[in-house]
Amino acid sequence: MAKVTMTVNGRQVSGHCDDRTLLVQFIRENLGLTGTHVGCDTTQCGACVIHMDGKSVKSCSILAAQAAGSTITTIEGLAADGELHPVQAAFRANHGLQCGFCTPGMVMTAVDMIRRHQGQLDEATVRAELEGNICRCTGYHNIVKAILAAAAEMSGARVAAE
Amino acid sequence: MGVEGIGARVARKEDKRFLTGKGRYTDDMSVPGMKFAVFVRSPHAHAKIVKIDASAAKSMPGVIGVLDGKQLLADGIGNLICGWMIHSKDGSPMKMGAWRPLAHETVRYVGDAVAIVVADSVAEARDAAEAVVVDYQELPVVIDASKALQPGQPQLHPEAPNNLIFDWQIGDEAATDKAIAAATHVTEVTIQNNRLSPNPMEPRAALGIYDAGDDHYTCYTTSQNPHVARLVMSAFYNVAPENKLRVIAPDVGGGFGSKIYIYPEEIVCLWASKRTGVPVKWTSDRTEAFLTDAHGRDHVSTVKMAFDANNRIIGLKVDTIANLGAYMSLFSSAVPTYLYATLLSGQYDIPAIHANVRTVYTNTAPVDAYRGAGRPEATYLLERTMETAARELGVSPAELRRVNFIRSFPHQTPVIMNYDAGDYEASLNAAMQAADWNGFAARKAEAERRGMKRGIGMSCYIEACGIAPSAAVGSLGAGVGLWESAEVRVNAVGTIEVLTGSHSHGQGHETTFAQLVADRFGVPLDSVNIVHGDTDKVQMGMGTYGSRSGAVGMSAVVKALDKVEAKAKKIAAHLMEADESDIVIENGELKVAGTDKAVPWFQMALAAYTAHNLPAGMEPGLKEGAFYDPANFTFPAGCYICEVEVDPDTGRTKIVQFVAADDFGNIINPMIVEGQVHGGIAQGIGQALLEGVHYDASGQLLTASYMDYAMPRADDLPSFQVSTSNTPCPNNPLGIKGCGEAGAIGSPPALINAITDAIGNNALTMPATPQKVWAAAHAAK
Repeated sequence: MAKVTMTVNGRQVSGHCDDRTLLVQFIRENLGLTGTHVGCDTTQCGACVIHMDGKSVKSCSILAAQAAGSTITTIEGLAADGELHPVQAAFRANHGLQCGFCTPGMVMTAVDMIRRHQGQLDEATVRAELEGNICRCTGYHNIVKAILAAAAEMSGARVAAE
Repeated sequence: MGVEGIGARVARKEDKRFLTGKGRYTDDMSVPGMKFAVFVRSPHAHAKIVKIDASAAKSMPGVIGVLDGKQLLADGIGNLICGWMIHSKDGSPMKMGAWRPLAHETVRYVGDAVAIVVADSVAEARDAAEAVVVDYQELPVVIDASKALQPGQPQLHPEAPNNLIFDWQIGDEAATDKAIAAATHVTEVTIQNNRLSPNPMEPRAALGIYDAGDDHYTCYTTSQNPHVARLVMSAFYNVAPENKLRVIAPDVGGGFGSKIYIYPEEIVCLWASKRTGVPVKWTSDRTEAFLTDAHGRDHVSTVKMAFDANNRIIGLKVDTIANLGAYMSLFSSAVPTYLYATLLSGQYDIPAIHANVRTVYTNTAPVDAYRGAGRPEATYLLERTMETAARELGVSPAELRRVNFIRSFPHQTPVIMNYDAGDYEASLNAAMQAADWNGFAARKAEAERRGMKRGIGMSCYIEACGIAPSAAVGSLGAGVGLWESAEVRVNAVGTIEVLTGSHSHGQGHETTFAQLVADRFGVPLDSVNIVHGDTDKVQMGMGTYGSRSGAVGMSAVVKALDKVEAKAKKIAAHLMEADESDIVIENGELKVAGTDKAVPWFQMALAAYTAHNLPAGMEPGLKEGAFYDPANFTFPAGCYICEVEVDPDTGRTKIVQFVAADDFGNIINPMIVEGQVHGGIAQGIGQALLEGVHYDASGQLLTASYMDYAMPRADDLPSFQVSTSNTPCPNNPLGIKGCGEAGAIGSPPALINAITDAIGNNALTMPATPQKVWAAAHAAK
């Protein structure tokens, strides 16, 4: 048993867990944040993507103990003050989700993708960047549309702010 | 339509919870005292269980209990069954072998469950499961269905000699043989339909809760049809009587057919909860999903298509062997029969058809319906054969189809179906125009200059949805009726709840069903809630599969809305001292037509519940229910065109264009319909290009993870061009045909027709991996 402490969605949290506990299990079971999902056993599907110290990470491929001291954002922490994040809003406007199971990982991946590319994305880049996220419902068509729309909106907002 | 009514592109009501991590899936559920289950599964494809020794496992940390199949049998839990009776052509009933929820004598595929371990944590349960010692005596194995039928092969079930489940036929064999003998041309092909794993992203899960105080069970489960789950678990598996069993299917992360069936795990979790005295939750990992979720397809067929001198099809003869795996899953017998061979007329006027279907046991996972269920197999067979025939006859594939299209409706095919409406040429023309078919030659020449082989292919599909008149399916062997139920509750403040037996697992029912109400009464979408997925809330339902929620589920809602509207008008007429026939409902008001007299919707609702001033003799309240039993199947149809470039050096196929032109009848929400088509096409492309379940000769599953089974990823797919040209369905009140499966049905043959066109070799099987395409391209030289 290890005691781990980390900052999750702006709040410091601690918990005791088995040494072999994965970060995703700690998030789901110890913290009760069930928005982060597990869709495979081999780090392929991306349903478990969260942000760790500002970067997207598959929380099934890291131990909770390794995440001690880090700053984590999960899907539950993305919308500020009840307002959907622009990526969440774009997924809704473009019907980029159906069953919703892959959606949290998709959204967290997309936020990081847009940040890394500073909003400068095209369809081929988005499709290549989604290599680590599997969706079985949408055929990705509307996910790609949603990410491009969010990227355009966010970079437009940034340009306007500058 | 209003902005939120029928036909409006409304953003989904359910999205906010999914986008913010507030969805509630079965594995998210937690109840006090809950413990975790791991199943001990057979590592062998075929073996006798000599002994199970759980003594070491039981003493491991955190272990609550280890239970096996003998205990399950002793407690009277029944066999899993197939719910659709098929008779062989000799009149004998299908040969159903026993499927125990926990095997206690024989295991028949890798993954067959033999014991359940319940412990304080999943990790402890897994450790203990590995410590359960099962002594197996291995038996010989057969994987291939055609081989399993041969004499001298391993026998799976004593009930089914030579592993033959049934040998069934449909159509007129003599007339078909006569047509083939008289033909000027006969196209003969062998068609393989590859075995697939459905792979909804949410793995299956079950939480069984036994309440000893009330002797009552609750089951949270990943089901497309919780009421059917309750019915079957109660009536056949002896888990508990229906009034003592509540089944809840909360948010479900995709199904695609694989979550229709009642699997061993939910039965065993409920039983284990009573046995151990704690709530028991099991969640499949992905490898377990590959091993134990029902697979799809796995047909091998030989086809003879006979033409006259005018290139008209005069006969079609099909012989199919369908692999049903180790046990007969719930609807497995219906898939290669009434969901398959009844669609073999396609969009074509074929006077004589005969199909023979043999279904076979093998040492593989059970096979059942997967998106399209039988109809993709029929479409792939027909449309590959049509393309082959066009090449042999030297006519364009479009012309060959045009010559043979059915053009007047209703049309009775020789294989049961009576098509009610359609315009196949309209879809063909729309698709060819969208794909710029006439510009293909120039694009091919341009690709040639870049060293790429470019090809184009089409597929004209038809399917039968909205299954179906209960009496009709009953006469064909179905164990249940296939109606749907609805209840509309208008609350005293005018808000509305719609209870439906349909189940949404991605289809957006919370939005589209609410659109019906908004359209009818002019009330805001936000004032309407859709309730589904809980047998304690919704009285009865048949669930969601076969693209039936719109055509059948919504039709039941319409019937209930009719009754609500009639009563609401009576109340409003009474309040305004007007004639009932003069009342119209618009924008949330009940108005006296041609006057300025109006009662707001909520005021009428309140009047229904205060009951201070109702028409004489009227019962208080405003709540109506309805059951809807369809008059016929519905027949969505369409044309898909795919254009590819094949790199002759690597065999890699790139899809450069994919066009879908569908006829879905009337549409409630075009945005959602397009999404259904996108997803279906992606699964069809997956089948054609990437996916395939592979067992080795010993029955080990080689494709049991996402490292080994090629799921379509974003960069495997193009964006799709989708459109519809709709002929309303004449047989249901909304004119809906259904859209959930079309994409998966229509797309595989279009893609394979395109690749074979590109490489100039018609001999290619799915999935068309680069290795196979490269070999076929080079063999063509």
